Order: sequence, then C-alpha cells, then structure tokens
Amino acid sequence: MDLLEYQGKQLFARHGLEVSAGEAVETVEEAVAAANRIGYPVVVKAQVLIGGRGKAGGVKLADNEAQVREHATNILGMDIRGHVVRTLWIEHASDIASEYYASVLLDRSAKLPLVIFSVEGGVEIEQVAEESPEKLVRQHVDPLEGLSREQALRIAADGGADEDVREGVADALLGLYEVWSAEDATLAEINPLIVTPERKVKALDAKVSLDGNALYRHAENQDLSDKENQDPIERRASEQGLQYVALDGDIGILGNGAGLVMSTLDVVAQAGGSPANFLDAGGGSDAAKIKQAVELILANDRVRAVLFNIFGGITRCDEVANGLIAAFGEIKPRVPFVVRLDGTNDVQGRELLQNAALANVHAARTMNEAAEKVVALAAEQSNNGGQS
Amino acid sequence: MSVLVDEGTRLAVAGITGREGSFHTLNNRRYGTNVVGGVTPGKGGQDVEGIPVFDSWAQAMEETQPNTAMIFVPPRFAADSILEAAAAGVELVIAITEGIPAHDELRVYNTLKRDYPATRLIGPNCPGILSPGKANVGIIPASFFREGNVGVVSRSGTLTYQIGNEIAQAGFGCSSIVGIGGDPVPGSSFVDIIELFQADDQTELIVLSGEIGGSAEEEAADYIAEHVTKPVLAYIAGFTAPPGKQMGHAGAIVSGSAGTAAAKAQALEDKGVRVGRTPTEVAQIAVQILGATDSTAV
Repeated sequence: MDLLEYQGKQLFARHGLEVSAGEAVETVEEAVAAANRIGYPVVVKAQVLIGGRGKAGGVKLADNEAQVREHATNILGMDIRGHVVRTLWIEHASDIASEYYASVLLDRSAKLPLVIFSVEGGVEIEQVAEESPEKLVRQHVDPLEGLSREQALRIAADGGADEDVREGVADALLGLYEVWSAEDATLAEINPLIVTPERKVKALDAKVSLDGNALYRHAENQDLSDKENQDPIERRASEQGLQYVALDGDIGILGNGAGLVMSTLDVVAQAGGSPANFLDAGGGSDAAKIKQAVELILANDRVRAVLFNIFGGITRCDEVANGLIAAFGEIKPRVPFVVRLDGTNDVQGRELLQNAALANVHAARTMNEAAEKVVALAAEQSNNGGQS
Repeated sequence: MSVLVDEGTRLAVAGITGREGSFHTLNNRRYGTNVVGGVTPGKGGQDVEGIPVFDSWAQAMEETQPNTAMIFVPPRFAADSILEAAAAGVELVIAITEGIPAHDELRVYNTLKRDYPATRLIGPNCPGILSPGKANVGIIPASFFREGNVGVVSRSGTLTYQIGNEIAQAGFGCSSIVGIGGDPVPGSSFVDIIELFQADDQTELIVLSGEIGGSAEEEAADYIAEHVTKPVLAYIAGFTAPPGKQMGHAGAIVSGSAGTAAAKAQALEDKGVRVGRTPTEVAQIAVQILGATDSTAV
C-alpha cells in the first residue's frame, strides 16, 4: 500500500523525523487559509502516487496569497499521467544547502533490512546507482537488533555526509528505520533529505509503502493511500476480498490461484490477445463468488470476451460449473465466454456445462486451446463492433 | 528416495482443531502420512479423530516426537508458532498460512538462522510438500501426481498442479513436489531445494516454476550453473504483469525494472537452463527428456 507524500510525512513526524510544518487541503480556499497560517514562502505540492510531479508542474513555490491561489487553482484537478490531483500539501518553503538521499527497504535477496544513503539526492536514485555507484552506501541491518546509532553514524560518514551534519543524518536514519520497522513498511524513502543553511537535516519528501498483511495491527493506517485514484473496479474487488488487477486489454480473465492466473495472462498474450485484467478467484467456487467475479470482469466496458481457466485442486470443477450456471441464470453476459475446466471432477463439470447449453459459452479442453479460442472470439467481437 | 517428507515423517500440526487444519490433516493422514499430534493452545487433551492435541509444541515434542511441523494457524499467530516448533526441536516446519506480515517473516527467518539453524522452514504461503507414494504434508491434491523421478519446486500451487498433472498424464511421475510459497521472505529458496534434488537419487530431472518479483530465480540460475549436474527445466509466470502491481501473491510484484519475468527467463537461459513458454510446453519438454533418458514410463 503506497502512501501519498503528506501521509508519509505524518508518519515521519510521529517517529521524530524533522519535516516542515504543513497542511493537506482539497480546495483553493483551504490552500490559501493554510498558507496564511503557515507563513510565506510556501510550497504547493500535488499529492499523487507518481513520480515526476515537479516536471509536470505539480510543485510550485508561492510568496504570497495571490500566488497560492493561482497555483492551487492550476494544480487541483490536474491530470499527472492518469493521476488526478485531489489533494495539495502546503508546507513552509525550506532553504536548501545540500540534497541527500536516504531509504530503508526490505532486501528480499539477503532477507535483511537495507539502509541506502547518498549525498547525491534530489535525483532518481537509480540514476545515481548507475552513474556514480561509489556515492551510494548500502548497509544491511540485523532486524533482530535494529539499527544502532553507531551504525547510522558510520553510514553517514561512509556516504560522505558533511561532518557537521553527521549527527543529524544519523538521527534521520534512525527515525526512518523506526518508521520502517514500527509501521510495518516495506519501503521508507526520503528524497531529498535536505541540509538547510542552518545545518539542520530535514525530510523534504516522503515515499512510504506499507505491508497490507500487517494492517490489522495498525488501525490508524487503514484508511491511508490514494483511494480516489484507484481503479474503481480494483477498489470494488478489494472490498469484496477478491484479487483484481486492471490491465489494458479486452479479454477478461478469471482463474484460481495467483500463479495460474499470471500464467493464463501470458498464454493469452502469446496467442495474440491482450488481457483486460488479473482476477484470482482463489479457492472459491460457489455461485455467489463466481457471479461476483463475472460482474467485476464485465464492469470493464472494454471486455470483448472472457476466459475462465480453472484447474481444480481443492476447488471442484463441478462446483465451478454449477456456480457458472447459476450466475448465468442471473446475469446475461453480452460477450462470449470460454471455459476450461481441468483437475478435480473435471469430467462432471464439463458435462454439467454441456447439458446446461449456456448461450455464448464455449468449452475448451486445454489452457492453450482456451487461449486461442478466446483470442479468436475477442477479435470477432471487435470486428462486429466496428461494422455496427 | 525423495526429499523432505517420506515414510519417516512424523507430523504434528499447529491449528489442527480449525476447519482447514483438521480437513487437510486428515487428508494427509488418509494419504499415508504418519500424523502423530496437533497443537492448539487451550485445547490440550482433546483429539481430532484420534490424533492427540497438545497445548504447546514443547508438550507435543515430549509426548510424540514429531520431526515435521505443519502450520495452519491464522497469520497473526503463525510467526510465534513456527518459532515455538523450532524451539521444541522440530527439524522441518512447513507453513501453509497465507497473509503473514513481511516483518514477521523477516523476524522468523533471521531468528531461525541465529538460534535454530537445524530447523528448515518451507513457506509460508505455500501448498506444502508431496512425495508421491510416501507422504503428503499440506494441501497439494495428490491425485494429480504419480511417483517418479521429476523433482518439482515452485512458488505457486495451482501452476504446480497444472504442470505435474500434464507430466503424469504422459505417464511420468515425481520424486517430490515442494511448494516454497509466494511471499517476500520465504524460509527456503529455490537454491535450498535444488540442492536437495541434486543430492537425491530418485530425482533425475528438476523442474523449477518461478514467477515475477525478487531475485530467487536469478540466484537459482547461478547456483545451477555451478553445482547442478542434473537437467533443470524452468517456467516463469508473469510476462504480462505491469510494474508496481501485486499479482495475487504478496511477493509477485515487479519493482521498477527489477523482478521481471523476462529478466528471470534470460538469467536462466544464460546459464543453460531450458525455459518453457507455457506450462504445457514445460511438461512436454520434461516428457521428452525423461523419455530419452529413462524407461520408467508405463
């Protein structure tokens, strides 16, 4: 779960990291009022979960009320690569002497927390890694001991932080590690971590990803993230406890098991088709769940054909078939379905479907055959659509 | 032979009194697995169809000497149950539970490494291990697999069933099927299991089924090039997965340019591992290799 900048900064502040005073607002009037309370100059920052906000014109300096009004008017509602700006973060502008970089993340390969620090902040860290890797310090932390002040100071020194701010950088690293650890984050990043002319170290930005599996122990974090910009079908699916990911294509996909669904998307793409979604029905096979899944897939207008790829393990194919028949009794799908049932009770499942003779439902025996069939049907639909 | 579970397995199950836990435990017992006990705090003294239930792993160990633990408890209790089993001296812990926080997994992994190095953890969020004809620990539907000489290691359950079933339909079978799970910090990696298959007499071909996210497949590629003399065949799921989107499994996510299916397939092919484009193709290549080298098919 990715947090907006201001949400990340609120977590930072909770753990003692230095951030600028600011307020999150949703209207121009609120922006002006906030700026007047905070004191000029202020920065008006678009709150969206996508990089490159500055280049897109989503971050502006304002010296007075008129400028805040102008920038807030322009930025609110702005579309930054598909993300509509609904919230602004207004904070007191900081004077900057240096821009550093700091992050704590889960190194899956080493199975350890990793602290990254660089004095080359303010740019993409991947770029630093590529162009001047010697300016990047990477140190693992023992998760059972946590980050010590000693190690934090060593990281600051190894990374070449100015001597007079090493204590401040260590404080920031300790705070960031605490955010990462106490809030169950998988990533906590500050870019840039600035040094002010007064030699204070401060987080000017915040990028935090929280582990959704740990939300049960963080009630206060449950409503964070950028819900407005989430795909509406994805949002609906997650409310229903289904794993749905929106994709760009026109072939709706349902399968059981994350690996099999991923593989189904690939096989459809290899057959020349383009999947419209990822949807894992998990072990569920009852009519209510299948109906929900069918409705989610068809909520996407672009869908021209649907593939059900079921390999029954614990899930029984006859139950899936019954679910599908019941679901089709209630919804009359406007597009063709290809159904492949294999595994536990597959023979009974296929027989049930055959006897039900559902309109516009095609059976396929194998995964590859199913993919080819659905791609052909989608193409047919799209040709028909073009003629009408 | 086979790896990890067999006739010598003595299984105890945490969460045996739950609906899923009892269902799959009894299923495993019906298959022939020697189930010696269960653990549910507060329910010690009860039994599940004759399987004695204990309040703690220490008691279960004292009374029934399990060498294998299966964890079926809800996510918030799973980390402590794994560590408790390890502390009691269980050598192999198989965690089926899905949805354990990544930080808990990190704590478990590093605590095992520091304090209980003799305990091996498989999972979490995995379907378990099946050694056809010998023992089944977990939720893998045994009917899709036959006994044979293919060792399968996979991050995904259903994909494993798909591939195993196609191999079985062609008349071949498996030594063991090991699900290592789809989470960010698995207890055992591809490398750990491939090492076991390489040393296992029964295994003549190793099939690795990977997916997007992390770098376990790349590490396996390096390991295979250095240490594995048996043929290895791979499948990778998630070529069409967009960056930044979690595809079902907590660990299946492409971060920036890292963890893509294309990079993983490339890394494996660069080290001489054949990569099938579809699950069916993997099964077909497996059958070709087996048919050419061996006559165990019926």
